[in-house]
Amino acid sequence: MSHILELKNISKRFSKKLDLAGKLASKLGSSAKDETVHAVDDVSLNIERGEVVGLVGESGCGKSTLGRVVVGVHPQTEGERWWHGRDVAKMSAAEKRTMQLQVQMIFQDPYASLNPRYRVEDIIGEAPVVHGLVNGKDKADYVAGLMQKVGLDAALSKRFPHQFSGGQRARIGIARALAVKPEFLVCDEAVAALDVSIQAQVLNLFIELRKEFNLTYLFISHDLGVVKHLSDRVVIMYLGRVVEIGATDALFANASAGANHPYTQALLAEVPRLDVRKKDFVAITGEIPSPLNPPSGCHFHPRCPHAMARCKIEQPALREIAPLRFSACHLNDMR
Amino acid sequence: MSAVLQVENLRTHFFTKAGVVKAVDDVSFSVSRGKILGLVGESGSGKSMTGYSIMGLIDAPGKIVDGKILLNGENIIDLKPQQWRGLRGNRVAMIFQDPMMTLNPVLRIDTQMIEAIQAHEKISKADARERCRAALARVGIASPDERLNAYPHQFSGGMRQRVAIATALLNKPDVIIADEPTTALDVTIQGQILFEMQKLCRESGTALIWITHDLSVVAGLADDVAVMYAGKVVEYGSVTNVLDAPLHPYTQGLLESVPSRNIKGQPLKQIPGMTPSLLKIGAGCAFRDRCKYRTPDCEGAPQLKLQSQHRQVRCFHPVAA
Repeated sequence: MSHILELKNISKRFSKKLDLAGKLASKLGSSAKDETVHAVDDVSLNIERGEVVGLVGESGCGKSTLGRVVVGVHPQTEGERWWHGRDVAKMSAAEKRTMQLQVQMIFQDPYASLNPRYRVEDIIGEAPVVHGLVNGKDKADYVAGLMQKVGLDAALSKRFPHQFSGGQRARIGIARALAVKPEFLVCDEAVAALDVSIQAQVLNLFIELRKEFNLTYLFISHDLGVVKHLSDRVVIMYLGRVVEIGATDALFANASAGANHPYTQALLAEVPRLDVRKKDFVAITGEIPSPLNPPSGCHFHPRCPHAMARCKIEQPALREIAPLRFSACHLNDMR
Repeated sequence: MSAVLQVENLRTHFFTKAGVVKAVDDVSFSVSRGKILGLVGESGSGKSMTGYSIMGLIDAPGKIVDGKILLNGENIIDLKPQQWRGLRGNRVAMIFQDPMMTLNPVLRIDTQMIEAIQAHEKISKADARERCRAALARVGIASPDERLNAYPHQFSGGMRQRVAIATALLNKPDVIIADEPTTALDVTIQGQILFEMQKLCRESGTALIWITHDLSVVAGLADDVAVMYAGKVVEYGSVTNVLDAPLHPYTQGLLESVPSRNIKGQPLKQIPGMTPSLLKIGAGCAFRDRCKYRTPDCEGAPQLKLQSQHRQVRCFHPVAA
C-alpha cells in the first residue's frame, strides 16, 4: 500500500511575543515571559490512499490545527509533510501548487466559510478557472455539473449564500472543495453545525463522493458516532498529542479488545447513546488543561483514574500494542 | 403524582410583516416533581420558544395567543409583568445554551448570585452569600469561596455553565427549563453536567425540562419525551416507548438517521427534504412533504391523539411498531 500522506513528527507552536510594556516589566524583574501554545506536539501519522481517517478529540486538543497543517494553511513549526512519498518542503513551486490543489478542506461553519458577496457560481467556479482546469466559457456548465453531484439544483447557481439553508451551504462548501479535483479532503467538523436529519444527508453525500472520486478523507470531529460510522481508522488526540490509533472496529469493540488508553475509554463511556436508558452518569473528573501550561509527563495524568508516580514524570511513547494498534500509556508496560 | 407544570394547548405566534409565524402551535405536556422531560426537535421546531413562553419571555411581535400554563395548578399566562418578575428565577428558572450570555461579564459571580436571591427574598447579604457558596459546591465547583470572587471570564465554558446552573438552583425553583445547556460543551464536560443535573433533580425534587436536538442525551437522562416538529408536538410519551417503538414517521426517521443505528460505512437512512418554512406550512400535517406514508388524508390537520396510556401521537396513520 502506498501512503498518500505522511506526517513525520509534526509540531505546531503558536507563540505570543511580549509587547513593549511586557518587555519593560520583565526587565524590571516581572515574571512575564513569551507565551507558547503547543497546539500540536510531535504527531506522526500515515494515511493510505482511499482511506477515511477519523480524528477525534475535545476542543483545544489541536485536531483542527493538525488539519490545517495537513492542508498547508498553517506551516508546521517542526517535522515533515510527505505527499505521495515526497517531502513537500523539497518540492518545486509548481509541484507544490499541484499538491495544494489536490488537498482541499471543508470547514465547520457553512455560514462563515462562504463569501456572502459572491454568487454560488463564482464560489464554486473561481478556483478551477484560475488554475486553468476549466475554460472561463465552460465555467457555468462545470459548476452546474458539480452542483448536481452534491445534490443542489443547478438553477440556483446565480444565488448568494444567504439564500440557502445550512444543509445547502454545507453542500456548496463540498462542491467548492471538489471543483479543483482533489484526491484528499480534510473535513473539519463538516457536519457539526447541521440538524440530525440534514447531517445524515450530508454524511451520505460524503460516502457517495468517496466511491465516485476515490477520495481520501481526514475527518475531524468531536462526534464519536459520526466518526465510528464513517472512518476506517480513528486517531484520538489529547492536548496536542496522539494518545491512541486503531482500526475503528477494534477501537469501538467492547471488553478488553476495545479502547486501550484511559482517555479513549473515558471518552467512549461519556458518549450519550440511544440504547441506554436512565443512565447513571459518572463524571470523569477535571477539565482539559490549558495548552499554555500542559501537565508534565503524560498530559492526561491529572484526570486519569490509573495515574501512577511515573505518569507525572515521564511522557509515554506511542507504541504499537497490537498490529496496527498504537497507544501511549505506561499501563501497557505492566501488562 | 400531580404535575408541577402543565402546559395545555399553548400557542405562541409571531406577527411579522411577512405573515404570522406559528412558532408554537398547540403544545401540551406536563412534568411532575423530580421528573425530567426531554423536549426534542430540530432548529426552528419551536422548542426554545416553548421554553421562553413558560418563562414569560415572549416579546413583540410575539404573543401567546391561546392555551394555559399551569404552575402548581395556577394559570400563569395572564399574570402582570410585576407578578411575572416574582415568578421568574424564583419558581421557574431557566438555563441557557451560552453561559457567557447569561452571566454579566463586568460583575463578579457573587454579586450576580446574591442579587438573584435578594430579588425575591429579604435576606442579609452574608446569609445570601452562604447560600451561593453552598450552591456552587453542590454543582461541583472546587473551592467555592474563592470562586465567588471571580469574574465570568476567569471560568472555563463548563464551569460557567455550572455557575448558571447553581444560580438557577438558588431559590429552589419548582421547574427548571434547560435550553441546550450542554450543546456547546465537550463530551466529557457534558457528562459531568448531566451527572450533576440528574443528581440535583433526584435530591431536590425539581422538575426539569431539557430542551435539546440530541436524542441520545434524552435517552440517558429523561423520563418522558416530547418530539416537536414545525411548532407542534408530534409525539409524546415515556422515553422507552417513544425511542424503542416510535409511532410518528418523523420520530422514526430521526432515530433511523442517527449514525450508531446504521450499519457502518453504509449510507445512512435519511429523511428527504428539509424543515419547511413556518410561514408556508398552511393547514395539514407539516411533515407530509417529507413523509413516505403520505396519503390524501394528510392535507387535513392531524390532532394529537392518545394511542395508549400515556402515549400520544399526531398522525393519521401512525407507524406500527
